[in-house]
Amino acid sequence: MDKIPNNRAWWLVLPVFLLVAFSALIPLMTVVNYSVQDIFGPGQAYFVGTEWFKEVLTDERLQDSLLRQFLFSGAVLLIQIPLGIGVALMMPKSGIKGSLCLILVAIPLLIPWNVVGTIWQIFARGDIGLFGWGINQLGVDYNYTGSTVDAWLTVLLMDVWHWTPLVALLCYSGLRAIPEAFYQAAEIDRASKWAVFRYIQLPRLKSVLIIAVLLRFMDSFMIYTEPFVLTGGGPGSSTTFLSQTLTTMAIGQFDLGRAAAFSLIYFLIVLLISWLFFTAITHADKEQ
Amino acid sequence: MAEIHLKSLAHSYSKSPSGPEDYAIRQLDHVWHKGGAYALLGPSGCGKSTMLNIISGLVQPSEGEVLFDGIRVNALSPRDRNIAQVFQFPVIYDSMTVYQNLAFPLKNNKVPAARIKARVQDIAEVLEIEDKLHKKAKNLTADEKQKVSMGRGLVREDVSAILFDEPLTVIDPQLKWKLRRKLKQIHEQFDITMVYVTHDQLEASTFADKIAVMYDGQIVQFGTPTELFEQPNHTFVGYFIGSPGMNLIDVERCEAGVRFGSVEVVLEPWQIEHLNRLSSTNLKIGIRPEFIEIGLEPKVNSYEVEVLDMEDLGTYKIIDLGLGDETLKARVDEDFDARIGSRVHLTLPPQWTMLYVDEFLIQEQS
Repeated sequence: MDKIPNNRAWWLVLPVFLLVAFSALIPLMTVVNYSVQDIFGPGQAYFVGTEWFKEVLTDERLQDSLLRQFLFSGAVLLIQIPLGIGVALMMPKSGIKGSLCLILVAIPLLIPWNVVGTIWQIFARGDIGLFGWGINQLGVDYNYTGSTVDAWLTVLLMDVWHWTPLVALLCYSGLRAIPEAFYQAAEIDRASKWAVFRYIQLPRLKSVLIIAVLLRFMDSFMIYTEPFVLTGGGPGSSTTFLSQTLTTMAIGQFDLGRAAAFSLIYFLIVLLISWLFFTAITHADKEQ
Repeated sequence: MAEIHLKSLAHSYSKSPSGPEDYAIRQLDHVWHKGGAYALLGPSGCGKSTMLNIISGLVQPSEGEVLFDGIRVNALSPRDRNIAQVFQFPVIYDSMTVYQNLAFPLKNNKVPAARIKARVQDIAEVLEIEDKLHKKAKNLTADEKQKVSMGRGLVREDVSAILFDEPLTVIDPQLKWKLRRKLKQIHEQFDITMVYVTHDQLEASTFADKIAVMYDGQIVQFGTPTELFEQPNHTFVGYFIGSPGMNLIDVERCEAGVRFGSVEVVLEPWQIEHLNRLSSTNLKIGIRPEFIEIGLEPKVNSYEVEVLDMEDLGTYKIIDLGLGDETLKARVDEDFDARIGSRVHLTLPPQWTMLYVDEFLIQEQS
């Protein structure tokens, strides 16, 4: 069939272009706009170039929360990915038990972020919370509002509870997609459970794991609501992560220029790391 | 190596089978002898693969026993039965290289590294994939994958048996021939019990010493290719083996033997005697196209028939002959010539005219 060149066809791209413009480009450019100006009030904006960026990059408070953020995301990935795979492996393959497990596992995913924060805030309290009270009864001195370590553990535990199911569900779907013939062949080849996991299940989970790692990284890197509700960033600033620092700066202090510069850097970090993950994993795939 | 005995085996995939039609395998007894090369031949859906999976332990039979060298193995998993099986569609571990794939079953069996290396090399040579040993298995073509899959079945030396489930389906015909020969050689070399499932009679007869023909969940005949050809035990064997299959005609009793329409077929005295002892009315006679004799002149007990059609197959011809209301196929030499519509004379040699009662052959008592 001959193609008929007709430039009016470009109009068909317009809806998508508009959608992307309003959903991404225009808001992003607004931020870029703020990041290079110092705004004192309506009509009182001065162009400052890269000054905000320099300031943000040398700000100790931000560096601290960036470091915390990396620690947190690293811990989240290290715990949730293996745990998610483990849960998926243990779930029944089919039948009523399988469906029941799916529902149970999926429940934490359905709870709104701030409710999750509230649940854990109460759950982990030493006086009336079952978890906190239980731990204290065991003779362990646990107080997430006072101790940095306890606060961290609680935030991590909450995130693991909230988001491991996502990894588990992704892996579960990946596992179910492996044809039965592979298990049969492995059985015939007398493969151990570990060998089955290492050589059949894990390689075939790769694509869902890429998605899981990326989603969990991005989500945990941008975490805001749950620790904000649970600890409010404390004690001190020990659980103040990047987005909370940013929000305080933008809305609390109304430091728009600085906050804008910071958001752009934040955005670039997420983009860069996601890209690194993705290329590293897909490249490993192409070798040989 | 082991002798595999299937004792009153039956299998149904439904939980509460209500009749024989619910069974994939109907009650059968069968022995695969130690060190034999066997083919399990039958049409799709006759229960061949089910039987293979029962032997290997992937499927638990609903009734009966599986015995390896007289020991009941029903409760043992495939790994404990120590059996190798090659599947119809290639199963390869795609994160591994070809070498790792072939070494995998040996590694799982804790074979020493040096031995693994030698063994993998041997098998790779036999299958002619030694130049691909260090390639990632997922980058192979479909038939290379199947070779790897087959190699994994052949690589272990101590297996009780190797089972092949139509392993050459995805392989192109040229290579098929070669691989079949290879398997045969491997069998002669290592003397392992091999069971080869196929729906292709040529494949079965080139590979196996003895063929079990399966039909509707039962083994209807177990014999050498010659026996299956000359003495088909069941009308299905007659029809399924041979190309074209046996001519089968529904008949009724008469004085001289049997008849269909106005055509009488004279039978041997022992056949008639046997027939008189049975009351069934489901009677058939069968004769292979190869054994029908055709001449231009009438002979004793010959019938005048019309040539309905003629197919030239290169080295021989198949002609359709109208006898009464039935059409018989006969195989004749390439140089036989007759016009369609002309009349020739046909003889049914008594020693090749089989009588079937209720689909089973009436045999001469010796």
